[in-house]
Amino acid sequence: MTTQTAPLISIRGLVKAYDAFTVLHGIDLDIAEGEVVCVIGPSGSGKSTLIRCINHLEAFSPDSTITVDGIRVEPGKALAQVRAEVGMVFQSFNLFPHMSVVRNVMLAPMRVRGTSAAEAERKARELLARVGIAEQADKFPGQLSGGQQQRVAIARALAMEPKVLLFDEPTSALDPEMVGEVLDVMRQLAGTGVTMVVVTHEMGFARQVADRVIFMDGGRLVEAGTPQEIFDRPSHERTRGFLRAVLNH
Amino acid sequence: MNLLNTFFNGPVLLASLPQLLQGLLVTLQIGITSIICGLIGGLFLSVTRLYAPGFARGLIRVYIDIFRSIPLLVLLIVVYYALPFVGIRLSPFLSAVTALSLVSAAYTAEIFRAGIEAIPKGQFEASAALGLSNRHTMVDVVLPQAIRIVIPPLTNNCINVLKDTALASVVAMPDLLKQATQAQALSANPTPLIGAALIYVALLWPMVAIVGRLEKHFSRGRS
Ligand SMILES: Nc1ncnc2c1ncn2[C@@H]1O[C@H](COP(=O)(O)OP(=O)(O)OP(=O)(O)O)[C@@H](O)[C@H]1O
Ligand SMILES: [Mg+2]
Repeated sequence: MTTQTAPLISIRGLVKAYDAFTVLHGIDLDIAEGEVVCVIGPSGSGKSTLIRCINHLEAFSPDSTITVDGIRVEPGKALAQVRAEVGMVFQSFNLFPHMSVVRNVMLAPMRVRGTSAAEAERKARELLARVGIAEQADKFPGQLSGGQQQRVAIARALAMEPKVLLFDEPTSALDPEMVGEVLDVMRQLAGTGVTMVVVTHEMGFARQVADRVIFMDGGRLVEAGTPQEIFDRPSHERTRGFLRAVLNH
Repeated sequence: MNLLNTFFNGPVLLASLPQLLQGLLVTLQIGITSIICGLIGGLFLSVTRLYAPGFARGLIRVYIDIFRSIPLLVLLIVVYYALPFVGIRLSPFLSAVTALSLVSAAYTAEIFRAGIEAIPKGQFEASAALGLSNRHTMVDVVLPQAIRIVIPPLTNNCINVLKDTALASVVAMPDLLKQATQAQALSANPTPLIGAALIYVALLWPMVAIVGRLEKHFSRGRS
């Protein structure tokens, strides 16, 4: 990137290993504020691990550094601050099943930011309306379809007003007819200027919405570029092979 | 003499009833105090075991294993008869409550651990990703879900504690069993013992029935 300002997320020499098995072999990556980055790559290439390191859901080698908005990501006091700024949406939604939808969205602002219940609820209903499920607010997650649950999860992450949203294959667990409604919400979000890092197998979405596409393979960042560069004229054979496999299937 | 007069002697039962009810009161006091202390201790142990550094985790593991292995009667006698040698002199009531609570806390900790482990990892991850503290993760997310899972085994544990209060009679605690044996000696008739047995059953049968229903209910909910 040619921006003058410091990147919002900075990853330097990111190494992640399980015992003898190295999952990430020294990743360097900068992500600018407002950027939408899509991460693609074959299964097991380390995509989930990479984004889960950004909010330290995965511990990584102490020699590596990740900073988010200037704060170093490491165990300790500052981690809560990082996590408050970094929202995450999981493949399996991970909504809290014992709380109503609106409570799911209210919880973190109340507990982490100290927002009053009334204000948190007002905000939660507004967000639920924004993701198109205002009328489901008082149901429980188990009563909603997968697509609706994932939109609740997005609203829940947004309630913290994060600077960054991480998505780990947000549509992979959905029935095909529900993929569109979730991608629509994400597309709309991308237009609002929030920084997004999206691990996805939806090549159409990546091509259309991403500012930058990153191709990973074998725990390495193989190449990065605009959607046109990656999809239309990939420079690595491995990228070409992967795209051939997913686009022809 | 006939069987009825020996074991179900009405006048003897009536005469001993006030004494038995007094004993029941003591039994309930010991039982309920121990159940509450055991619950608090068990919750503390299980949550600490989840978050504490390895060393403390090891200690808790050892505590749980020891107090699940030691026979309660042995522990009670140690507390009441051996501790005075190191200057710790507990009343019969406190001895009974201490022994019962120490053991109950160990079982309760295991029950809570199983309940917490049954909560999917994704719930912890979603909480962490939102920036919730460990405390809020437990209080708002994990424990409310775990409670459904742990209620049947916890009720079972309460039944065991209430039953085991009868051991307090060996440290001269005037609980239900002790009162019954005294009344029996006094009247030279075993009816008070039968009366005590019936009171124990009347007290615990409903709880046993509830556990059965809860277990059925929850196993149906899971499938
Ligand atoms: N707990 C673990 N222990 C050992 N290896 C692990 C563990 N978790 C993940 N891995 C390995 O790390 C590698 C990267 O996993 P990761 O989940 O990041 O891949 P991914 O690119 O997200 O794949 P997918 O598209 O299937 O989600 C895989 O080879 C996986 O087997
Ligand atoms: Mg993955």
